[in-house]
Amino acid sequence: MTLAATLAGLAAGTTDLAADSRGFLSPTGVEIAFLLVGLVTFGAAVVTVTTKQLVHAALWLVVTLGGLAVEYLLLTAEFIAWVQVLIYVGSVIVLLLFGLMLTRAPIGRSPDADSGNRWVALAVAVAAAAALVWVVVDAFRTTWIDLDGAPAGSTDVTGASLFQHWVLPFEALSVLLLAALVGAIVLSRKATADAATAAATGTPPAGSPPAVAPPTTAPVTDPATGPASAPVTGPSASGAADAGSDTEGSR
Amino acid sequence: MHLAYPAVLSALLFCTGLYGVLARRNAILVLMSVELMLNAVNLNLVAFDVWLSRAAEETLHSGQALTLFTIAIAAAEIGIGLAIVLAVYRNRGTSDIDRLRDTAEGHEPDGPDAPDHDASAPRAAAENAEATA
Repeated sequence: MTLAATLAGLAAGTTDLAADSRGFLSPTGVEIAFLLVGLVTFGAAVVTVTTKQLVHAALWLVVTLGGLAVEYLLLTAEFIAWVQVLIYVGSVIVLLLFGLMLTRAPIGRSPDADSGNRWVALAVAVAAAAALVWVVVDAFRTTWIDLDGAPAGSTDVTGASLFQHWVLPFEALSVLLLAALVGAIVLSRKATADAATAAATGTPPAGSPPAVAPPTTAPVTDPATGPASAPVTGPSASGAADAGSDTEGSR
Repeated sequence: MHLAYPAVLSALLFCTGLYGVLARRNAILVLMSVELMLNAVNLNLVAFDVWLSRAAEETLHSGQALTLFTIAIAAAEIGIGLAIVLAVYRNRGTSDIDRLRDTAEGHEPDGPDAPDHDASAPRAAAENAEATA
């Protein structure tokens, strides 16, 4: 409320912020499109968090993220919309599907997808939604976004502001992505290294169950080099590398 | 467009993700719900940036820059998160976060037998795959 009032005071005289003439009962075409896509997005999000089929949850998440990309387009933020399509629909969903497959998600309904505290969670979520919607509607009931004119988020505008004012965070983010990449590779290579040392020394690592594979396949491959050189990278390491390189490339 | 539409949609998506984080049991579904919450924040940032770029003639475009940063951080987060989930699955044989209670106070862990027994099947399978590769 105070933020909106301050900004309204700042911008008084330049643009008409108060949308008293524009009611909610006479929506424009963009608002109708936003509402319809928003309904689809919200419905897909609800199905994502409630469905019992794990792979279907990932596929409904595609609908949610794609609907959000359309909302960005309707808000004239084109560059963000395409980045959303590239990174989320293109790589994050693929990573999630890989994760589901690699942890042997059951195809079909899994009865234990929801935890025992789902009713508490539902109460918390509904209470938070009611409070947030009430506050947001009360604060921004009369605020109007002027969508006419040049798009606010074209590649030109976004690139200029990103490389004029936001260069240092941008570079710091590159270092963060590199650190995440290295971390993902280290996390998913650890067990491979353990298995390699176990195969080389002939003893299983501490705390692991006795392995059945190495004695039977020892004549086929050289035990010192065979298992150590065969798995080059773990599956999630290459997937994380995908995400990192996608992010770098799309920017 | 009224600013209330994207703001309300963002609040609803955030609470949907909140429900998912609290109610889901599979770790990857929890990661999906976290993505929903991050996307709700992104929608809020973009909507307010578009509003302020016209209403207050703000030329920094901080909302869109922050959205790009959030998307990149979310990509890094999902990579690290999936690596952790896969490591846990490799060691425990489950990605069920309700059963990962080793550090909980007042609860004894399930005992050394249960997770090791569960872990034997996928670990043996993984070693088979590695040996034959």
